[in-house]
Amino acid sequence: MLNAAIWPTLDYSRVPYRLYHDPEAYRREQERIFRGPTWNFLGLEAEMPNPGDFRTTYVGDTPVIFNRDANGTIHALVNRCAHRGAMVRREMSGNAGEHTCIYHQWCYGLDGRLHSIPFRRGIRGKGGLDPSFDMAAHGLRKLRVASVNSALFGTLADDSEPLEDYLGAPVLAQMRRLFERPVMILGYNRQRIRANWKLYAENTRDNYHASLLHEFLVTFGLDRSTQVGGVKMDARHRHNITWAEAESDTAEVAQEAYGAARVRSNYLSLQEPELVRFRRERADPLNIAITSVFPSAVFVQISNSLAVRQIRPRGIDEVEIFQTMLGYADDPPDLTLHRLRQANLVGPAGLVSMEDGEAIEIAHRASKPDRDSTTVIELGGAGVISDRDYRVTDVPLRGFWSYYAELLGIEPDGAVR
Amino acid sequence: MTEAAPGTSAGERFALYDLFAAYGALIDAAEFDSWLALFAATCTYHIVPLENYQRGLPAGLVYCDSRGMLEDRIRALREANKYNIHTDRHLIGLPRFVGKEGDAKLVEAPFAVYQTDQEGETRLFATGLYRDTIVVGSGLKFRDKLVLLDTFAVPSLLATPL
Repeated sequence: MLNAAIWPTLDYSRVPYRLYHDPEAYRREQERIFRGPTWNFLGLEAEMPNPGDFRTTYVGDTPVIFNRDANGTIHALVNRCAHRGAMVRREMSGNAGEHTCIYHQWCYGLDGRLHSIPFRRGIRGKGGLDPSFDMAAHGLRKLRVASVNSALFGTLADDSEPLEDYLGAPVLAQMRRLFERPVMILGYNRQRIRANWKLYAENTRDNYHASLLHEFLVTFGLDRSTQVGGVKMDARHRHNITWAEAESDTAEVAQEAYGAARVRSNYLSLQEPELVRFRRERADPLNIAITSVFPSAVFVQISNSLAVRQIRPRGIDEVEIFQTMLGYADDPPDLTLHRLRQANLVGPAGLVSMEDGEAIEIAHRASKPDRDSTTVIELGGAGVISDRDYRVTDVPLRGFWSYYAELLGIEPDGAVR
Repeated sequence: MTEAAPGTSAGERFALYDLFAAYGALIDAAEFDSWLALFAATCTYHIVPLENYQRGLPAGLVYCDSRGMLEDRIRALREANKYNIHTDRHLIGLPRFVGKEGDAKLVEAPFAVYQTDQEGETRLFATGLYRDTIVVGSGLKFRDKLVLLDTFAVPSLLATPL
């Protein structure tokens, strides 16, 4: 049974393995999280500059089209024909005046309204639909759409709070920072990891692992836990910002913390140190800003590489990480080149990210057979969930589980939030 | 400028086949220093998802626009990165000359890479197309290697070179 009794502690410092493997949990996540009162990242306005431009994506398991209509308005629609439930738009992207299902050619406008049905009146007065058939009631289901600057979000629930309230002030500020100017798309990458999607959502909130799993960070002096940094959450603790300030520690402090053998060379030992060199672009000194938005979006600045990751569950045992690499539309060519080089740091082949795929696969594999055992989430202390101004912490994972439990209806009495 | 595919001698073809055979075999044997020796002193190496290439988007999964960056990649693989424990098997189709660029030759070859884990399970990891520029010095060397990745939904992660 999936209920509040599954939690051994009220502070989410113990999470039963079953939540990564239980089909009932997956079903309820789709219903109450992805089709529930959450906002999910859809894409970027820069991907649809012209009327008729469309892209397809997913909100959880639900296939979604988003497009710009003739008036410039952006709509998001469930990509499923009202007639037989077939996927209406099969392409990943394109430009069109309408969306027509190939199966029986039911045709929808860019606002989702059902425009036409072949042989609606039959042939020679025979067959077809009854005249009472209500076209207006058989459009594509619409998502509510809202944006932060040029980043588009959609929600499938009618009772979701406004997007800005959902994100909260700290996350909103980070997103406005990232999207302060119009962005351009440098490309996409995808990774299919054989692990439950929540292991990835946790990983992006886990500050503790970064410099331990991703040895490149420390070996080449790009990022280490001795830098000034921490974690910052929204009031409900469902989202998180992991942040760090560039050049805010010394080699001596780092060597003392990690042992001299681990911090064995700095970036100058690379033949092409530009790979990790941080070019300061703003008044603030942040060189790491990883903003995880519940449930499935991650906005990433690592040095000068910029990206959005979308977490796409593919059943209990697999997740796709769909990453969009970004620059700014007004970047000079040498800065674009710098971002393309630093894109080596992230993605499925990323020098400071490839390990995540392996780490969560082995966590998924080994936790599967023993579903009542639990993980330990206690770095930075158990108990209250709050912001930290240090980096050896995984407290935002407890924030994730707290909101997860609330949405799934399995929050125990007296639980921390 | 690209010209029409040049007529090539049997000797040139065999040299090309040898180059590609060595390329795959050296990765599969994890002999990366010897593998790097197949590249010219000035070289590039890019792995680009097909969905980016088809849309004219520049970002790659691996973006090495200098030999130094490629050597840094290999060094990171040895000294810093952790990845799935596996062996690779490259199956490289016959390379063909598709043109010339000055004295350099433009060559394409399709490939498949299978990965085998420690328990002996093999899975198809990637298919794609090499689109290379090859220079003739003391033997043939890769000057620019573009790995166009059909399998752009990368299974698990990409650590060892394709």
